[in-house]
Amino acid sequence: MASQSASVSEVRDGKTKVEVERPIVEFLRMYVRNMAAVVAFFVFMIIILAAVFLPMFVAVDPFEIVWLPITPPGQEGFLLGTDNLGRSMAVQILYGARTSLAVGGAAAAITLVIGLLIGSLAGYYRGWVDEVLMRVTEFFQVLPPLLLSMVLVALFSPTLETVVFAIGVVSWTGVARLARAEFMRIRELEYVKAARSIGSKDGRIIWRVILPNALPPLIVTAALTVGAAILFEAALSFLGLSDPNVMSWGKIMGDNRDYLLEAPWTVIFPGLAIFVTVLTINLIGDGLNDAFNPKLRER
Amino acid sequence: MQLLSVFAQRIGYAIVLLIAVIIFNFILLNLVPGDIAETIAGEAGGASPELMEQIRQSYGLDRPFHVQLFSYVARVMQGDLGTSYYFNVPVIELILSRVGPTLLLVTTALLIAIITGTLLGVVAAQNPNGLFSHLVTILALVGFSAPVFWTAFMLMVLFVSILDILPLTGMVNPTTPEGTLQWYLEVAHHLILPAFSLASIYIAQYSRLARASMMDILGSDYIRTARAKGLSQRKVIYKHGLRNAVIPVITIAGLQFSYIFSGAVVIETVFNWPGLGTLALDAILRADTPTIMGILFFSAVVVIVFNLLTDLACRIVDPRIRSARNA
Repeated sequence: MASQSASVSEVRDGKTKVEVERPIVEFLRMYVRNMAAVVAFFVFMIIILAAVFLPMFVAVDPFEIVWLPITPPGQEGFLLGTDNLGRSMAVQILYGARTSLAVGGAAAAITLVIGLLIGSLAGYYRGWVDEVLMRVTEFFQVLPPLLLSMVLVALFSPTLETVVFAIGVVSWTGVARLARAEFMRIRELEYVKAARSIGSKDGRIIWRVILPNALPPLIVTAALTVGAAILFEAALSFLGLSDPNVMSWGKIMGDNRDYLLEAPWTVIFPGLAIFVTVLTINLIGDGLNDAFNPKLRER
Repeated sequence: MQLLSVFAQRIGYAIVLLIAVIIFNFILLNLVPGDIAETIAGEAGGASPELMEQIRQSYGLDRPFHVQLFSYVARVMQGDLGTSYYFNVPVIELILSRVGPTLLLVTTALLIAIITGTLLGVVAAQNPNGLFSHLVTILALVGFSAPVFWTAFMLMVLFVSILDILPLTGMVNPTTPEGTLQWYLEVAHHLILPAFSLASIYIAQYSRLARASMMDILGSDYIRTARAKGLSQRKVIYKHGLRNAVIPVITIAGLQFSYIFSGAVVIETVFNWPGLGTLALDAILRADTPTIMGILFFSAVVVIVFNLLTDLACRIVDPRIRSARNA
């Protein structure tokens, strides 16, 4: 996508082709300049690898009672202590990582698909299509997102699928507005007119001509959307509105919140896990933003 | 005159949105797997076929879909949200008895966020590469990334467990007579932690926003004019700059009301704050459908009214958007 935008701007400027850095190299060079984003990328990779592989080496089920309740961290060989039922905190957090990342990722994917579909159609076709889709968007902005997703999970069944669906259905409005704005801007550009003049169909113009050029801001938003979805899932499972048979970071905090003063580690550590994960994702988003918009960096 | 017609248009649009919310509620209720009559019969303890038929008739469930929809919309528009299965009182009464604490919490948090966020951003903007500016950027990232209930727990550990200067949960000591000075003081004392916890996310957002808009403003012509007139730095920034830097913050805050409402649900649960959020969670855990749908509808009303007020206020304050159709 970056390759197209780079070559297009050259053509527009009417300059003869000069030797330029390959876009992907330039992109990486700009990303690497942001030290925090580089560190965040590696930390995030470690989190993902740990979530995928470490549980395979743990013989304990996260729901299994392994020792006396409320054992402080470091004692009796429990790195992060035990919770109010005597379950190992470290094992719970490890398993919780899988749920939080999987649900966050899936919910973010749904959010992006809905938002992109609605935003692109509204921004490309304008007129009554835009009017109708924007009214739908405003409608969803009026309902408090967390409350609506709580209602959805409660009315249907508290399974992981419902949670993913409930988060996706309530959080797409921001993506839709951004996609709409990008499509409205790009559809007036010359290369889109050129594509239309050679008889390209709407579908081709939307997905093959405009979308690749609208991607940079959307990719940054996608990163932020994953972070937001993880926070959203954490809030739902903290409130007890998730699959009771699946461990997740929010659920650990919800299960232990009455023991905050006696056993603060049971609440602090899972929260720290959420915080670090979302922070790394946001920092990666920041880095992507810098890499896509080198000029903005000077500000 | 034009302003008036815009007002009328906006209010009419708000009413259409409200009706859409009611229809959405109704459709949602009908999409739920399971028979409503069976649920009600289950609440009454067992159901024979005759009883089910009777329930269907008395609740109008045997009528065609569009008739049911129309009567549902008509009832809700009159403020009749049904009767709570669990509390056994009209839902609207339940909601009205809980709305005060929620509005207190939400507006306090919003005020804290707008004031603190704007001030942080404005100060940071004066020296964009300075230490303070970097600190504000880091603070914004942290506030952005931390789950709001975790922030709340950390503040609890610090101010209750370690420093022991603030109460843990609740809103007021139940034995204190309402309306006395002591009652107000207790409520204020209990309000500090939840309000700051809820505000933390928005302090982060608004400081970023205020910093960006202040940096724009400091480069604008009227600031140069103010400087050229010989005004002091302090006057230029806090009289001319701040006023304009706060406009985008307030606009965003108005549009974000539904999110702040969402945050309040979590914060109320953490602090056992007797508002709509704890009521919503109670209702959900007890499958009290009329109360759940009532709260969803009511919060949509609050958000619509709040958006309407923000929109109108912006149009009155800022002549540039006065006649624009979409602010």
